[in-house]
Amino acid sequence: MQDYVYFDNSATTPLDPRVVDTMQPFLSGFFGNPSSLHGMGREARQSVENARRQVAGMLRVDPEEIVFTGSGTESDNMALCGSVGAVDTNCHIITSAIEHPAILETCRYLQQRGVDVSYLPVDSVGLVDPASLETVIRPTTRLVSVMAANNVVGTLQPIRELAHIAHQHGAFFHTDAVQAAGKVPVDVRTTQADLVSLSAHKIHGPKGVGALYVRKGVSLTPFIHGGGQEHGLRSATENVAGIVGFGEAARIAQETMSEEAARLVGLRDRLIEGLQSVFPNVYLIGHRYLRLPGHICIGFAGQEGEAIKMLLALDEAGIAVSTGSACSASHAHEPSYILLAMGFDPIRARGSLRITLGRFNTDDEVNRFLQVMRDIFPTLRRLTSYSL
Amino acid sequence: MTQRQVYLDHNSTTPLHPEVAKTLTEAMTVFGNPSSMHAFGRQAKGMVNEARERVASFIGALPEEVIFVGSGSEGNNTVLSILGCAATGCSCDRVHKPHIVTTAIEHPCILETSKCLTGRGSKVTYLGVDEYGKIDLKELRDSITEQTGVVSVMMANNEIGTLQDVREAARIAHEKGALFHTDAVQAFGKIPINVHDLGVDFLTASAHKIYGPKGVGALYVRRGVQFCPLIHGGHQERGRRAGTENTLGIVGMGKSVEMRSLEMADEAARITSLRQTLKAGIEERIPDVWFNGHPTDTLQSTLNVSFAGAEGESILLYLDLEGIAVSTGSACASGSLDPSHVLMATGMPVERAHGSIRMSLGRGNTMQDVEYVLDKLPGIISRIREMSTVYGRK
Repeated sequence: MQDYVYFDNSATTPLDPRVVDTMQPFLSGFFGNPSSLHGMGREARQSVENARRQVAGMLRVDPEEIVFTGSGTESDNMALCGSVGAVDTNCHIITSAIEHPAILETCRYLQQRGVDVSYLPVDSVGLVDPASLETVIRPTTRLVSVMAANNVVGTLQPIRELAHIAHQHGAFFHTDAVQAAGKVPVDVRTTQADLVSLSAHKIHGPKGVGALYVRKGVSLTPFIHGGGQEHGLRSATENVAGIVGFGEAARIAQETMSEEAARLVGLRDRLIEGLQSVFPNVYLIGHRYLRLPGHICIGFAGQEGEAIKMLLALDEAGIAVSTGSACSASHAHEPSYILLAMGFDPIRARGSLRITLGRFNTDDEVNRFLQVMRDIFPTLRRLTSYSL
Repeated sequence: MTQRQVYLDHNSTTPLHPEVAKTLTEAMTVFGNPSSMHAFGRQAKGMVNEARERVASFIGALPEEVIFVGSGSEGNNTVLSILGCAATGCSCDRVHKPHIVTTAIEHPCILETSKCLTGRGSKVTYLGVDEYGKIDLKELRDSITEQTGVVSVMMANNEIGTLQDVREAARIAHEKGALFHTDAVQAFGKIPINVHDLGVDFLTASAHKIYGPKGVGALYVRRGVQFCPLIHGGHQERGRRAGTENTLGIVGMGKSVEMRSLEMADEAARITSLRQTLKAGIEERIPDVWFNGHPTDTLQSTLNVSFAGAEGESILLYLDLEGIAVSTGSACASGSLDPSHVLMATGMPVERAHGSIRMSLGRGNTMQDVEYVLDKLPGIISRIREMSTVYGRK
């Protein structure tokens, strides 16, 4: 995989070498169970608590408000199911139409249990209009959940305004910040979110570990019952190595965020402009500026059906990109529900390419990508069923 | 001078097997998302599938019957939550059978989930155990009704090591139309397990109890059995457990299972002899002790012992000062002042339950370790007993 160009950093990211170094001791001598009373247990406990401080630093919150989970998906499930609690009736939650399946599938499950769910629409660039929240929120609304940044189109949502409206109506606000955290500021003192989902493997940390920020005073029902770890919300022996890796990844992301964001915006914009100058039918999907720093989502007018072919051709040429999210890769031929929600017709909604840059991508890789695109583009057939 | 370190807490967690550590270190460069279509994704997917095949073949299951989860606790919660969602109107098959039968000595993750489900309209029957920690199969049979959706009986107890007759319990459950789950977290990788031979519908395993990484477990779900996920979202694990796969952890679990299949049999004999020496030595050198659990149907790695006139916590801390790591009951409940629910269920007096420690042996332990413990433990017990206000004044 040495010569490969990895432009799929929204799907997952390589481990930062510093994260590897931090995890290494936990792959050898340090193996205690943090719940054990003896020395090895206490050592493990300290490492977990240190990581908790590092993750809390990313959101500028109290470490006690961080609950480690097994994934961002689990954090989302915990936030939703935990807010609803045992009483399913007369409970209303609001989310957006373009959330990650972790939210949408959990909402569908909760609907089966009798919870009322409203889905906020988005505009053509994927933005939720705070005014639309005003119109659907009601006294029984317990939770509003809107993602900080969309995984497929990269659009950043006005979560501060949305949280404000939710609070005015006595509802809690949750944001799935799995894609946003560590890339753009998700400062809870500013956004005032009550619950925030995070994932380690999107910020050069390990897979299998996530976190949920739970504001003090917000009471959730436990998601995994048992020994009472993680404030009783998520019982199970802690994934110590994963948590320690997450902590270090969070620290690095937080410390380098502003300069890294500037660098990625530079690469991103050069890539977008480079594509548009060579291929006049390329259009950017999502907001031009209110988007994640390294995030590009494009369509090819008249050639939407070719996205998969393009992905495979790029893969052949040693460049990894995606069509939509990795979570829906097995449904790659179906139109994206996110693009449909943005008002794309079903044909256009099938043909997007997601190119997501990260910490280890370089200027040269962007050049190579543009060159490869020039080479493979002419080989793609025009989609006849669609006229411009 | 560096102090001798003797780790006798393998039921709580285990050090990584050096081969697993090596595999993990190498696998850290593989970072693709197994759901991605490109080369990075395919590489990761291949590694996850290979691990799945290893775990499946280790227990005689099909690869598609193995779901990777985030922990043993999650596996156990998942199985019981099938009833939880049923109780509130899910389309799942078990909807009309909201009764659970389990035992009084299960791990907290089963007991706490059961308690939560009680609040959601399920009914739970807790089978008692005899003085050795064994359930009564006749009581099991009598407790299963037409309303019973699932029977959950652990294979080996984490605190006292007692093994249950899981095969017979599963047969009884099936005979009466209920599904059968066993929490095999402590037994997996220590005694041979074949899911077909046992006839179980669900089985939970964990990696970090068998020299694998923390944060990963496996749930066996027999083909054709109704299943509802605990974690909803993407299509991972065939739609049965959403969330980007913990690739590294899963690869580590695969490797630890591979190493178990190579080492388990030989090691069992060695551990048995270590335990015998430890037990005999304690009996010989320390008066007023009781060994808890079953004399024969037990995990050979677990030795739970009560000392009259000595608090388990004090013994633990004194041993810790000598570099010996043991536990009182399970690690999960440490810090709790309540006596062990397992020991209490066996009918022992509270004082004896409070005076117990669990020593759990593993692949790294040697006869020298056992001798070291036998050298230190008698002095510690006498010192504690000298300070005791109750010991010797009976």
